Amino acid sequence: MTFTRRDILKSFLGLPLALAACRSNVSEISFDGEIVGANANLGHILREQRVFEVPENNWENIGVAIIGGGAAGLTAAWKFRKQGFDDFLLLELENRIGGTSASGSSNGFSYPWGAHYLPIPFKENAELISLLREMDLTEGFDESGEIVIKEQFRIREPEERIFYKGRWYDGLYLHTGETPEDVRQLAEFQKQLDLWVDWRDAKGRRAFVLPVANCSDDPAVTALDKISFGDWLREKGLTSERLLWYCDYACRDDYGLKLETTSAWAGLFYFCSRVPKSGVESQSFMTFPEGNGKFINYLAGTASDKIRKGQIAVEIIPTETGVDVICFNSETKEIRGIHARKAIFAAPVFTANYLIRDFKQNPPAHIREFEHNAWFVANLFLKDRPKSQFSRDFPLAWDNVLYESPSLGYVVSTHQTGIDYGGSVFTYYYPMTEKDGRAKLLSLDWKELSDICLTDLSRAHPNIRELTTRIDIMRWGHAMISPRTNFLWSGVREKAREPFRNIHFAHSDLSGIALFEEAFFHGLRAANEIFQRL
Amino acid sequence: MINRTPLLFLNVIIIATCGLIYELLAATVSSYVLGDSITQFSLVIGIYLSAMGVGSWLSGFLDKDLAKRFVEIEIAVAIFGGFSAPLLFLTFASVSYFSIILYAVVFVIGALVGLEIPLLIRILKDELDFKKLIARVLALDYVGALLASLMFPIFLVPKLGLTRTSLVFGLLNAGVGLWGTWLLEDLIKKRDVNILRIKGAVVVVLLLIGFIKADALTSLAEDSLFVDNIIYTKTSPYQRIVVTKGKTGYALFLNGNLQFNSFDEYRYHEALVHPAMLAAGGSPKRILVLGGGDGLAVREILKYPSVETVTLVDLDPEMTALAQKFPPLAQLTNNSLADPRVSVTNADAFVWLDSSDAQPFDAAIVDFPDPNNFALGKLYTTRFYNLLKQKLAPGAAVVIQCTSPLIARNSYWSIIKTLEASGFNVKPYQTTVPSFGIWGYALAKLEPFEIPKQVPKNIDLKFLNDETIASMFEFSSDTTFPTDHEIEINRLDNQALVRYYEAEWRRFE
Ligand SMILES: Cc1cc2nc3c(=O)[nH]c(=O)nc-3n(C[C@H](O)[C@H](O)[C@H](O)COP(=O)(O)OP(=O)(O)OC[C@H]3O[C@@H](n4cnc5c(N)ncnc54)[C@H](O)[C@@H]3O)c2cc1C
Repeated sequence: MTFTRRDILKSFLGLPLALAACRSNVSEISFDGEIVGANANLGHILREQRVFEVPENNWENIGVAIIGGGAAGLTAAWKFRKQGFDDFLLLELENRIGGTSASGSSNGFSYPWGAHYLPIPFKENAELISLLREMDLTEGFDESGEIVIKEQFRIREPEERIFYKGRWYDGLYLHTGETPEDVRQLAEFQKQLDLWVDWRDAKGRRAFVLPVANCSDDPAVTALDKISFGDWLREKGLTSERLLWYCDYACRDDYGLKLETTSAWAGLFYFCSRVPKSGVESQSFMTFPEGNGKFINYLAGTASDKIRKGQIAVEIIPTETGVDVICFNSETKEIRGIHARKAIFAAPVFTANYLIRDFKQNPPAHIREFEHNAWFVANLFLKDRPKSQFSRDFPLAWDNVLYESPSLGYVVSTHQTGIDYGGSVFTYYYPMTEKDGRAKLLSLDWKELSDICLTDLSRAHPNIRELTTRIDIMRWGHAMISPRTNFLWSGVREKAREPFRNIHFAHSDLSGIALFEEAFFHGLRAANEIFQRL
Repeated sequence: MINRTPLLFLNVIIIATCGLIYELLAATVSSYVLGDSITQFSLVIGIYLSAMGVGSWLSGFLDKDLAKRFVEIEIAVAIFGGFSAPLLFLTFASVSYFSIILYAVVFVIGALVGLEIPLLIRILKDELDFKKLIARVLALDYVGALLASLMFPIFLVPKLGLTRTSLVFGLLNAGVGLWGTWLLEDLIKKRDVNILRIKGAVVVVLLLIGFIKADALTSLAEDSLFVDNIIYTKTSPYQRIVVTKGKTGYALFLNGNLQFNSFDEYRYHEALVHPAMLAAGGSPKRILVLGGGDGLAVREILKYPSVETVTLVDLDPEMTALAQKFPPLAQLTNNSLADPRVSVTNADAFVWLDSSDAQPFDAAIVDFPDPNNFALGKLYTTRFYNLLKQKLAPGAAVVIQCTSPLIARNSYWSIIKTLEASGFNVKPYQTTVPSFGIWGYALAKLEPFEIPKQVPKNIDLKFLNDETIASMFEFSSDTTFPTDHEIEINRLDNQALVRYYEAEWRRFE
């Protein structure tokens, strides 16, 4: 089946914009760019169940094999190094490390390909704070013992702005034109959040906190996982259109899901987990031009001699004494074998059924519950920044959101540098929130995706096509775990994180929520499990 | 005689299209600039339609010279309709009672448009039977409306933009008027025909000029702000530079904000530079100037024989080039930027401080435009002052221009607090510069220090003397640190200063 330009734009951006765009006949794209990242073929290598024979002399012995060089795998490697343990290797399928926190740089610009910020952790998250201190991102503690992040890494104002009916406004929640009823409902919503922020269970645990492992498992909270965030809002009588938009945006932004598919637990987690106590603002963010690539590059730097890129683990075979890992070099096609005593499986959970021999033969049911959604991320290289159309428009911010768009808008990579004029790189995010999102995404090529992105942005920036000199696009087929209803607290996470023979699991998937803090937590946990057993 | 009826019907379509376009334009402009499109559209449509009713009713009072009247009305519609969008944009930029003007314009256009069709019907009534006439004219009127409503969103707004759309349709109306002087020539008195043609042609020319200069119309809004003659303008990627010449001398404006007036700038620049030079020990060698691309602060600095190098960092190459090449300014600065001791770097000072490997300086003169946007606000943050600290030699002094402590009291003291929070010892001071009013500065050092007491003896000064220096460090009660509320420190992650500044200066707009 082939789609016309109009079909594609309609399905991604809605009919009115598609019609307008198709009439204007500006589809020609006069600049360069490419789809970056692993091609989907690599995934197929796993799925087609090929048999990989390791040549006799191509085996080596190692203490621990880490499979996957995302935030979780790299955290484990960092921890090993910190503890003076050197007998390990990290295998990463891509030619760049970082997984969904990867970043790129060219022409003097650095920019993220996925994760782009980290909220400042509470003092209780001591391990994460020790990483931040080690990275020299901090400047001491405040009166209450909370970490203070250096000013240049705290997100610079203006943080966000929103485009609505032709104008840019300050902030993410759309205040302009709100009715007294909207105001009342926003206050009511805040009140409900405050209740959960201050809530403690019998053991004194918070309902929502990072990492997820420290959240209360009291049924009063976990019951929220059974309904959607949309249902929860309606139950509280919250129907204000702009409030629903705001909550839906939050779900799309953090989870790649819609209001109606996100579990209410996850929705409230987003709003409550970073608020120290009621009446206090949510923890502010740190960000960097390269986004969370900052953490990735640091972690990787501590273990660079142990990292092998372009190495796909194609089969993992638990043995009596350890675990054998077979890997395939995507470039040279070489097949190698590793006899490891232990392995850390830091690849997405669903791939375990394609990789671990026992799971291939006998797939555990819980693993199939780990569903991912797809995203595409475009980096637009601009020769200049779009000018404000109206002098009263709120100026360019870090995060620039379009109210009427299903995309998440764009983040400005130069924002944090203080370079406020001239060229920049804008990172545009589009979550595929429907069920068939992945297939739809993979069916489109660079040109079609560029067109979607430019058409979408042209509603706010009519001359965006003239300003753009290059677009690179990442298609994340499996971008984020989906915290849909009845997943997080159904018991599958606990099952999936149990070690299987000599394999320990570490991936943000195991929290059910795709966040750096969670990847970090599981990387550390897996490393510690191994220390205890070696 | 040719049958002119079909041609007149064509006119009906054109004027109907134009009529609806003006209505859509007014509604769009007003919802753009005022927001709340539902209210704006419904108000504009309502006023417009009722004005059309008024126009139709007024047509009953026109008895003679119908063809002449018709042409005149076309020309009037061409003026009001054609210039409606630029007029609305301009007035929005400069007046506070914008909505009154908006609705008045809508009403006038509506009334004029309301006159068109009844007059045309009466002109045509002798050429066709009444039944057919009414049927055709009204049918075509509605066809024109459809055309307009389709073209407007699909083609006109995206391709031409609002200003040019408005001017193009003005041209069409003027065209209909001019054409009418031929089509209806037999119905117009001989001597009137030529007058009408001249009027029509003038309007066409005006509209054409407007069309070609549509982009310049925006800057026109700005020019009306300046009282004096503009002798130089340049729009750089960073700002709009305007130099004016009036009775009192030259004045420089950046983005419409006065930077100096030649008749009293010496007060501002002497007060800016000399206290810092004194606080730095009186014979500083290496001087850093951040901002100050007009070269006037450098002129004061070069009065000190001890000075070996001056490093000037200003964002805008157009500004530093102007200071060197524009004769009135080069003269005013004594060609300071061309002095061999001076080196000019065009960079954002924030980025420069973070990346430069320049040796430490003995004095730093920080002379940025007021913090009226976030890009400028970052130059007044704790982060910025911490970066600056790293470029200071032991004993170095810093001075910062800090906007007016009278008009923007919170802003002024926020800068002082921010400097203190960055580890500086600060001596706030102020002086009077007639073109600006009461103006504030901050003198700061990392070491504790005393206020300078005496002006240097061997240096030529027009304003400062020992008495004025002492008095500058006194603050009147309406400019002292406000004690009834908290003043925030300005940081990158709160940009509190931009918000103070915006709130305080907006009261005077
Ligand atoms: C578009 C987007 C935006 C995001 N924004 C944020 C944000 O702003 N803040 C935030 O905290 N989080 C964000 N996230 C979530 C992000 O996923 C996590 O922060 C974190 O990076 C997850 O790390 P991980 O190691 O658990 O998983 P992954 O990033 O999935 O890492 C797994 C790694 O394993 C590799 N791998 C897979 N299979 C194999 C194999 N067979 N052999 C070898 N290697 C293999 C993969 O290539 C990958 O590098 C975002 C995610 C996306 C997709």
